[in-house]
Amino acid sequence: MQDNGRYGYQYLGVNPGGTMDRLSAQIANILVGNSLNEAVIELHFPASEFFFEQPALISISGADFMASINGDEVPRHQPILVSKFSILQFYRMKAGARAYLAIRGGFDLKKWFNSYSTNLKAMAGGYKGRILQKEDEIGIQSDEILTSLLGKKEYRILPWKADIGWEDTHVTELLALPGNEWEQLTAPSKESLEQASFMITSHSDRMGYRLSGQLLSLTTKEELVSSAVSFGTVQLLPDGQLIVLMADHQTTGGYPRVAHVISAHHSRLAQLNPGERIQFKLCDHAVAESLMAKQQQHVLQMEYACKFKLEGMGIMP
Amino acid sequence: MKYKTDYRIFPLGDSAITVDFGNIIDEEINLNILARYQQLKNDPVKGVIEIVPAYSSLTLHYDMLAVAKNIPKGKQAYSWICEEIEKRLQQPVASQQNNDTLVKIPVCYDTFFATDLESLAESKGMSSEDVVQLHLLKQYRVYMLGFLPGFAYLGQVDDKLATPRKPQPVEVAAGSIGIAGHQTGIYPMVSPGGWHIIGRTPVHLFDSDKENPALLKPGDSVQFFSITLHEFENY
Repeated sequence: MQDNGRYGYQYLGVNPGGTMDRLSAQIANILVGNSLNEAVIELHFPASEFFFEQPALISISGADFMASINGDEVPRHQPILVSKFSILQFYRMKAGARAYLAIRGGFDLKKWFNSYSTNLKAMAGGYKGRILQKEDEIGIQSDEILTSLLGKKEYRILPWKADIGWEDTHVTELLALPGNEWEQLTAPSKESLEQASFMITSHSDRMGYRLSGQLLSLTTKEELVSSAVSFGTVQLLPDGQLIVLMADHQTTGGYPRVAHVISAHHSRLAQLNPGERIQFKLCDHAVAESLMAKQQQHVLQMEYACKFKLEGMGIMP
Repeated sequence: MKYKTDYRIFPLGDSAITVDFGNIIDEEINLNILARYQQLKNDPVKGVIEIVPAYSSLTLHYDMLAVAKNIPKGKQAYSWICEEIEKRLQQPVASQQNNDTLVKIPVCYDTFFATDLESLAESKGMSSEDVVQLHLLKQYRVYMLGFLPGFAYLGQVDDKLATPRKPQPVEVAAGSIGIAGHQTGIYPMVSPGGWHIIGRTPVHLFDSDKENPALLKPGDSVQFFSITLHEFENY
């Protein structure tokens, strides 16, 4: 269970968490008329099966795990009405790393420090502060209109689709800003970081991706006292390999920060799996900010269009 | 008290900025950090989501899209935030004092918990008892919270105890007291960690049900006192 994250408590050592692929989670929420920050279920493969005890309006975004309802394959990026007693399953890991399930009205959860996000370390937030397990029951909102729109159908795919054509899927090139210790890299290390590719290893999770590639080194041996780090921070570990910090990164760290993946590319990074190779290309703030603004513009347009469509069917915000 | 005010501002990616007052563990600099932290909370920069004070730096995480809405078109969010921070840093701040809070924390130094006590003592040519005595001798100051919810970085241990962290992190139990460099700290929860473990406390450092979940805050003082294994079990 994750929303956009828990902000304002890093001074206590409580990390923001939140969805790994915020863009996909926001698209899933938009499709069912939720606020952009509503909690969603972040699914890794093999993904859970869900049994609906009441009708719901759902959407699936992010990775393609071949979603099906009662055995029929259903598309991503479209709102789907599901009837009582339907089963949602995910058959195969076709593309991407994380799928998102949004349900209209969100889930009956209690916020912890102003957020629904699960914090596994503090065992708080989300659903009982832990990952979902078999037999868990999660309350959802019920809405009369869903039953009448479904009629006698087991499910109904609503006839509009989120246009995500503007976002290239599965791109392994990541734009990054130089980090504070970038200048301390040796000349060959700088060249490697920009030219070589790095493999995402199996030691990768919601906290960070450990990379494997050419060994990098610094021109100085000065140790750093701990200071804040962020989602996308690329740190150089003592063994010469890199780690990219992800959503569940710790709040502070002491390894050299050689680069930072730009926010607009967190989504593509979150959809890459161990075994895949990535390349870094340095950019500046102007590029990082304009790409994020462009992404936001698409999100807002989509939100507007989806609200209009849902209202047309009598599903009010 | 006069503060060293040299600082450097650098970006921590496209959504955060760090103000660095020198890569050092120093009480005076840390007091300045806490004073600036208060100042930036009282006089917030629009679009800043949160501020993270550390040993000798402050990091401001911001929402670049929210910032962009408030500034002239064509201006970068990053440069605007930099200017706003600079403006505030040019203003003097009232000197910050350490607070009066002294937190006494019981520690069981029994080797049942203190998995690295003997190896640390041996590497320093001391007995385990000497290590424990040196660790108990000082009052420590809380410099920052970070790493894990409620994890307090305490300083500074006696030079004779200072040890580089382990090359590989291992699983560390909740309540474990560790030493790394000149720092000592308490693991609030089970976690991988590279600090040398010399004891364990039965006290909870972080309680997610409380409004103020962290037992310690920057500027607090900590005094450890020794308890037996029996006392630990009945704590």
